[in-house]
Amino acid sequence: MTAKANLDIQAIPEEGTTSSHLPSGRWPHHDMLDLDNCRRPDIEVVLTLADRMREILDRRIPRVPALRGYTIVNLFYEPSTRTRVSFELAGKVLGADVISVSTNTSSVVKGESLIDTVRTLRAMRSDAVVMRHPMAGAPYLAAQHTDASIINAGDGAHAHPTQALLDLYTMHRSIGDIAGKKIVMVGDIAHSRVARSDLWGLTTMGAHVVVCGPPTLLALGMRVSDRPSHAENALPPVTIETNIDQAIEDADVVMALRLQSERQEGGLLPSLHEYATHYQVTAERLARAKPDHLLMHPGPKNEGIEIAADVAGGSHSIIEDQVTNGVAVRMALLYLLSGRIEPEEVTELST
Amino acid sequence: MGDSGSSETTADNVEPLLDEVGIRRTVTRLAHEIVEGNSGIENLVLVGIQRRGVTIARRIASEIEKFENTPAVGSLDVTMHRDDFDRRGLRGTPLPTVLPELEGQAVILIDDVLFTGRTIRAALDAINDYGRPKHIRLAVLVDRGHRELPIRADIVGKNIPTAREDDVRVLLVEDDGRDAVIVTDRGNDA
Repeated sequence: MTAKANLDIQAIPEEGTTSSHLPSGRWPHHDMLDLDNCRRPDIEVVLTLADRMREILDRRIPRVPALRGYTIVNLFYEPSTRTRVSFELAGKVLGADVISVSTNTSSVVKGESLIDTVRTLRAMRSDAVVMRHPMAGAPYLAAQHTDASIINAGDGAHAHPTQALLDLYTMHRSIGDIAGKKIVMVGDIAHSRVARSDLWGLTTMGAHVVVCGPPTLLALGMRVSDRPSHAENALPPVTIETNIDQAIEDADVVMALRLQSERQEGGLLPSLHEYATHYQVTAERLARAKPDHLLMHPGPKNEGIEIAADVAGGSHSIIEDQVTNGVAVRMALLYLLSGRIEPEEVTELST
Repeated sequence: MGDSGSSETTADNVEPLLDEVGIRRTVTRLAHEIVEGNSGIENLVLVGIQRRGVTIARRIASEIEKFENTPAVGSLDVTMHRDDFDRRGLRGTPLPTVLPELEGQAVILIDDVLFTGRTIRAALDAINDYGRPKHIRLAVLVDRGHRELPIRADIVGKNIPTAREDDVRVLLVEDDGRDAVIVTDRGNDA
């Protein structure tokens, strides 16, 4: 823990230095817990590096030795297919050793605590732990007790930073700079860790973000005026809209969020049918968006509930790109966290 | 470009081993040797290693254009294929790799300085992942010796005897604002 504390101090630019640029160009993050502490240049480095990673993925033999000798442990306390496989692939393409631990067959069932588990994994020389946990904040606790890099792959309804980075990268690849673009997130905002991390990432990159959903599914505190004074900055400022047609009007990107039926306590919705009637993203509703709008969904989709099947597979949909880009972005992130490169800050993003 | 301001100043005081004219002549000769060795530009692909190898590859291509058609040019970044990241310190963000079809082609790998050979080894690994060329030959602007691997260049612009600690730099207008090949003795590099 001491070692890591030192690292973090070195990485933070001293106050009073002439600019916000990094002194050495070193990427200033040892863990990836959320995007709330990522500056625009940090995100730009990830996007640029993700382009290089896409090139590798498109090779006939997508495999480089960049992370040889680096060990990544996937520690998932919640079910996941795409995120776990995506990290596994990302690590393997870079030549790292990747081990996936499923907690129902590990010592966790014998009552081993989270802290003990991450300490044990570190004792076995794991360099990075990719962690998904049902409790918000669990990866933060883990990060305090290991000097392996902790990557949050989803903690409760709190954050899912790598999904947000892949969303940013997918938008960047399709439309370039998203500053000033209207990005609309529709659906179950309250339970969505993706939405929260996306909010940070999108606003940091200068997008105009609109969240839309039934009032019961908009997070408490989404409105700045509803927040207690100590939590004013708990989320970045966004536009809130409960009418989906108005929300989608002139949108550059529409992102449908999964209705998390497993997290619905009683009473939030009259019925799924009622929800679909009022908030499903349909072709008719998308007609109000910009003619060249993009449709995204973090997956897994409930087609016929939050998104109509025809638009999910339609010409505006870049949902499959999101999946491929997820591998590239996670490769970029692992490479940066490994400390094996010293990226220059990007002055101009290529598109 | 701005790698370090101080070494730029040092570089200005050093008599270049090749100046602008010298580099131009060398590039022209490389272009002719490449075409001659390949009996034309059929199936020829010039692959420059990022960053200055790419610049040299482009210059060679425009030389070749003067007496033949334009050959295919690709760029290759080998950062992620290096095996010595923990020895040589950290590297910057990789630059783009953009390669034409290499399967069955006559590939000329091009770099500015040939030193230990480890960059070339990494480049050969990377090319393997893209396809199986008919053959790969190596052309370099400068060979400074001190190989650590069984690698040699097929076409050499200039052989420069150096001490292991010497710092050999190829500066090119496109990347550095001027053309010069300079050697500085690190011991005197105050």
